[in-house]
Amino acid sequence: MNIQDIQDQIIEEFSIYEDWLDKYQYIIDLSKDLPLIDDQYKKENYVIKGCQSQVWLHANFENGKILYTADSDAVITKGIISLLIRVLSNQTPEDILNCDLFFIEKIGLKENLSPTRSNGLVAMIKQMKLYAMACNYKQNQ
Amino acid sequence: MYNINSIRNDFPILHQKIHNHDLVYFDNAATTQKPQQVIDAIVHSYTKTNSNIHRGIHTLSQLSTNMYEKARKQVQQFIHAPKSEEIIFTKGVTESINLIAHSFGEAFIKAGDEIIISAMEHHSNMVPWHMLCERKQATLRFIPFNSDGVLDIEAFKNSISEKTKLVSIVHISNSLGTVNPISEIIEIAHSHGIPVCIDGAQSIQHTPIDVQALDCDFFVFSGHKMYAPTGIGVLWGKESWLEKMPPYQGGGDMIETVTLEKITYNTLPFKFEAGTSNYVGAHALGVAIDYIQHIGIQHIETHEHSLMEYATSKLQNIEGLSIIGNAPKKAGAISFKVQGAHPADIGQILDKKGIAIRTGTHCTEPVMQFFNIPGTARMSFGMYNTISEIDYCCDVLNKVTRMFL
Repeated sequence: MNIQDIQDQIIEEFSIYEDWLDKYQYIIDLSKDLPLIDDQYKKENYVIKGCQSQVWLHANFENGKILYTADSDAVITKGIISLLIRVLSNQTPEDILNCDLFFIEKIGLKENLSPTRSNGLVAMIKQMKLYAMACNYKQNQ
Repeated sequence: MYNINSIRNDFPILHQKIHNHDLVYFDNAATTQKPQQVIDAIVHSYTKTNSNIHRGIHTLSQLSTNMYEKARKQVQQFIHAPKSEEIIFTKGVTESINLIAHSFGEAFIKAGDEIIISAMEHHSNMVPWHMLCERKQATLRFIPFNSDGVLDIEAFKNSISEKTKLVSIVHISNSLGTVNPISEIIEIAHSHGIPVCIDGAQSIQHTPIDVQALDCDFFVFSGHKMYAPTGIGVLWGKESWLEKMPPYQGGGDMIETVTLEKITYNTLPFKFEAGTSNYVGAHALGVAIDYIQHIGIQHIETHEHSLMEYATSKLQNIEGLSIIGNAPKKAGAISFKVQGAHPADIGQILDKKGIAIRTGTHCTEPVMQFFNIPGTARMSFGMYNTISEIDYCCDVLNKVTRMFL
């Protein structure tokens, strides 16, 4: 599935929840499915520090596609990361670089991407795109 | 009688919906909301009386000066200070403590000296002393606390020596809610001839303060935590200390005469108030004090005490939730953690239910390190909070904690 279709699918999944508690329950459940980062990467080199919580991110470039794994010490952040990975992992560097991540706003979690929230998510997305940029560069050399 | 509805009606910000729920504002330890009277005072100042204070010959300047100096007297009377000259207006606690660390430090701290604070201080009563000690090659010592959040007074006694030059202690902890035995601490320190500074950031709005009865040497607090605007605060110090301390910042108003060769400094309190003061803020602080006194600080204390007791017993019954800080005497704030959740998770979900709490380290990172947690969720009360708000919040928390089990 391409990035656009996965995002549409997520928006549809969230559309059934009217109460915020149900929506968050779903995000908390998603956090449990996260492809957990290998312990060897869960350290200083891979950490993205937010003021409230922190995030670890690792990426692998295989067969023209990027595979991301990640983790966070905050559960909701982790749930949102699992959505981001579902959207961006196993995609090509060009698609990752060119995509517009509209689903987060559509499911009502826009404030999680506000720089003042400082949960490490904004920096994480930037890091995911930077990695895609590096892979893209390497591929076109 | 404590008329909660009439009090709530004075605070316009409370009457709004957040995410379609009635706002429940439980973040009063960070800042309090302002009654209409305080908001009106600010508007009135800029509408009718605004003019720079002191040395003005015209009517508005004199009006503005009178309002500023009246506020100083109101503060004096509110904390029972002997003299209004001992009331220094600052930006808030942070500036007050930086001023003491600088000026007391310049006059009285030398290499090898020691300053004692506690391990539960807000960073604003920790970092300025660290900086002073680095500058002077002095040593900062800490009074430890136990797992209930109670200071170890025996350890305090043992840490005092002839090298100790100052003790600076928080009255009520912003992250644990502990009410520290400051009278006892002051008495112990004074028996060794050591002055004591009290950080009243979390006590001035909750309990009556009498600096003469306490016999502390410095007492500092911020306006915005006591229903006044941001950017105005107070440093009270005993005249005998303030007179011996050199100025903090240089500029206008703090001088007596200036020639190109020599400067002589103004008398108290002006010596420590360089530049144009926040005279509108000071006036609004005076109005906030009027407001508090109109309700009665003892009545506020009684009301908030019942909120604390009620919330504590309700929170204790929520499965998966544990309170951080169980001192026998607490006021203002309750910190807690939820099993399986990060404090930020809790704050984020509560926000969607219209409840404002604070999450994180609350500028007391060593406290979080002691408990080995990334932070806490903290609910903190003001004079306008109600039992039914606590009921609503605990209902939501009951559901939320289950989500993380």
